[in-house]
Amino acid sequence: MFRSHSLAGVARGALSRSYAIRQYASAPPTAGFAGRKGSNGKYTVTLIPGDGIGPEISQSIKDIYAAAEVPIQWEEVSVTPILKGGKTVIPDNAIQSVKRNTVALKGPLATPIGKGHVSLNLTLRRTFNLFANVRPCVSIKGFKTPYDDVNTVLIRENTEGEYSGIEHEIVDGVVQSIKLITWDASERVARYAFHYAEASGRKRVTAVHKANIMKMSDGMFLSACREVSKEFPNVKYDEDLLDRVCLQIVTNPKPFSDRVMVMPNLYGDILSDMCAGLIGGLGLTPSGNIGRDASIFEAVHGSAPDIAGKGLANPTALLLSSLMMLRHMHLYEHADKIEQAALNTIAEGKTITGDLGGKASTSEYTAAIIEKLRKA
Amino acid sequence: MLRNAISAAARPLAAQSRCYATAVSGGYPNVAHRPATKYGGVYTVTLIPGDGIGAEITDSVKEIFDHVNAPIEWEQYDVSGMSSSGEALFKQAMESLKRNRVGLKGILFTPISQHGHISWNVAMRQQLDIYASVVLCKSLPGFPTRHSNVDFAIIRENTEGEYSGLEHQSYPGVVESLKVSTRAKAERISRFAFDFALKNNRKKVTCIHKANIMKLGDGLFLNTFRRVAEEYKSSGIEYNDMIVDNTSMQLVARPGQFDVMVMPNLYGAIISNIGAALVGGPGIVPGCNIGREYALFEPGCRHVASDIMGTNRANPAAMVLSATMMLRHLGLDPLANSIASATFDVINSGKVRTADMGGSATTSEFTQAVIQKL
Repeated sequence: MFRSHSLAGVARGALSRSYAIRQYASAPPTAGFAGRKGSNGKYTVTLIPGDGIGPEISQSIKDIYAAAEVPIQWEEVSVTPILKGGKTVIPDNAIQSVKRNTVALKGPLATPIGKGHVSLNLTLRRTFNLFANVRPCVSIKGFKTPYDDVNTVLIRENTEGEYSGIEHEIVDGVVQSIKLITWDASERVARYAFHYAEASGRKRVTAVHKANIMKMSDGMFLSACREVSKEFPNVKYDEDLLDRVCLQIVTNPKPFSDRVMVMPNLYGDILSDMCAGLIGGLGLTPSGNIGRDASIFEAVHGSAPDIAGKGLANPTALLLSSLMMLRHMHLYEHADKIEQAALNTIAEGKTITGDLGGKASTSEYTAAIIEKLRKA
Repeated sequence: MLRNAISAAARPLAAQSRCYATAVSGGYPNVAHRPATKYGGVYTVTLIPGDGIGAEITDSVKEIFDHVNAPIEWEQYDVSGMSSSGEALFKQAMESLKRNRVGLKGILFTPISQHGHISWNVAMRQQLDIYASVVLCKSLPGFPTRHSNVDFAIIRENTEGEYSGLEHQSYPGVVESLKVSTRAKAERISRFAFDFALKNNRKKVTCIHKANIMKLGDGLFLNTFRRVAEEYKSSGIEYNDMIVDNTSMQLVARPGQFDVMVMPNLYGAIISNIGAALVGGPGIVPGCNIGREYALFEPGCRHVASDIMGTNRANPAAMVLSATMMLRHLGLDPLANSIASATFDVINSGKVRTADMGGSATTSEFTQAVIQKL
């Protein structure tokens, strides 16, 4: 232990020096939306309905958007892998579509377990450089959980860290998994977090880390956050240990409603699902993947093959994700209007789907939201 | 690290599995492989109060032990992790621990700065090879929280994984941190978990992992767990596994489904804090670290709590309960039971409560209340 300690000391010297001389590309407001309206006055958005319940809940979104007169036209594509040159890949036209439109909405995809091809989510993430995963969780009125004051926003680094996928077995029974942290990726996600904080009115960014143990890797993540924070004098910046954050959110999530949390991959994965648990699960939580070349908004729940095609699925998570997309596209008014209608429908509790304790079908729930939109 | 793991693997398997057995009394594991230091009927125990609230809450333990005349003699080392200058004292404390084999400790501060020393808490666990961390989360009837049906044990691998401390910068701005997973350590922690379940009449052991992403590292942990589970099939203990992100979601939504959980190091840090939050906070969750030769008792949630340090507001319950686990470990069950029940009585009656539980009592008032009950 102590020997490795002193070795680390040498490496540290090199690290701090490198910070001083390195020049960082200061990207413009990271991955902001730059799409243009088409000749018909509408933005084109790629829609990936997905598997299982995907098509049903996507239809529900299309109906609601038509009723709310959102200036969007959908370009529906399938991402079912095809065989090309001996490898399974995502069809070209899907990639081209997302590239062209720079925004996509995606339903749940079934993940075949243990079948030779790389997960579709991973492929999409790599293809479009989706570096930040944004996961807001807000308590939904009308669906009671032990927590009713949740309002958290979590931004997770999405490309490296513990999920780098670099692993090897050194000798039989001894495996090394490498957690990879780079300055560039850390800085990029930190910058997005600060931009998000400024745009959303949450004037505080908290970096969540475990740098007391992983001094170099999480330490560099923190240094990157600190560096970026200097460019945002209006946004408060602080750091908190992963342990403390877990403890505090589960004890009382309320103090976290004034800030944006930013963290490396694994911590973000665990904490975002934990926050989802606070408000009632993945059926109610939206998610957005922000990238340099495109941004994909998705429902993170499974494809629920057991109820697929029965018209019972709850489209709320996909709907809320699509509202994140509208806000990403600066269509704030439409987003607010639809959000009100959807949340009121759930709060009334008359026409809600089975997973929320109601009896309504997907189409009845959709119709109820549209009804609310018409009255508004 | 590596050398450690290899030597562990080289040990004859039969001898190993016998040593992992955890004789349990009163619900807590008890590994009395080699006897603790004892002179004239008095056990010598190493006491490391630690940083933050450590001094206050260990004072409370000392007072209570004094009152009941516990046959414990403390060998106290006021190690502090606030600066690296305490290293000499830290080494002395380690020697004392090796002599006495049993210790009670608070949490030592670990600097976040890259120039600071490594975590001494982790160094202790690695050097003493106290591989199993046991944290018990149970709802208290007298202290309702958002969840009321919580009763699970967290068994956490304590000596490898993400806490290996192996990191390097391969290129400016590119850092690798190694997570080391070994079959030998996965096997002994899995065995520990099943033995714990057996001895404590628990029904189910759940392996917490992220093997869908870390296919080799966590895959090794999961596969080893499954293999060990096969050996315990006849005992009737159920087993399953769950991905760590789903686990944290399930924990805050339906914590009643968990019984014994076994997991690699880092997930343990996350899950034990979620668990503590479910039952009322780090002030009431006891814990211990157990190895083949040594046992070190410390609060289950490892927080320094320097924000309330020295204000006499800390809740000493977690430390007192950890100390009772230690008494059971030493075979002093009647004493342990009376102190534990006095502590629970005070918490459940609700009259004397520290600030973390919504009361206004000070640490010393709480201690006095426990002594009164005794």
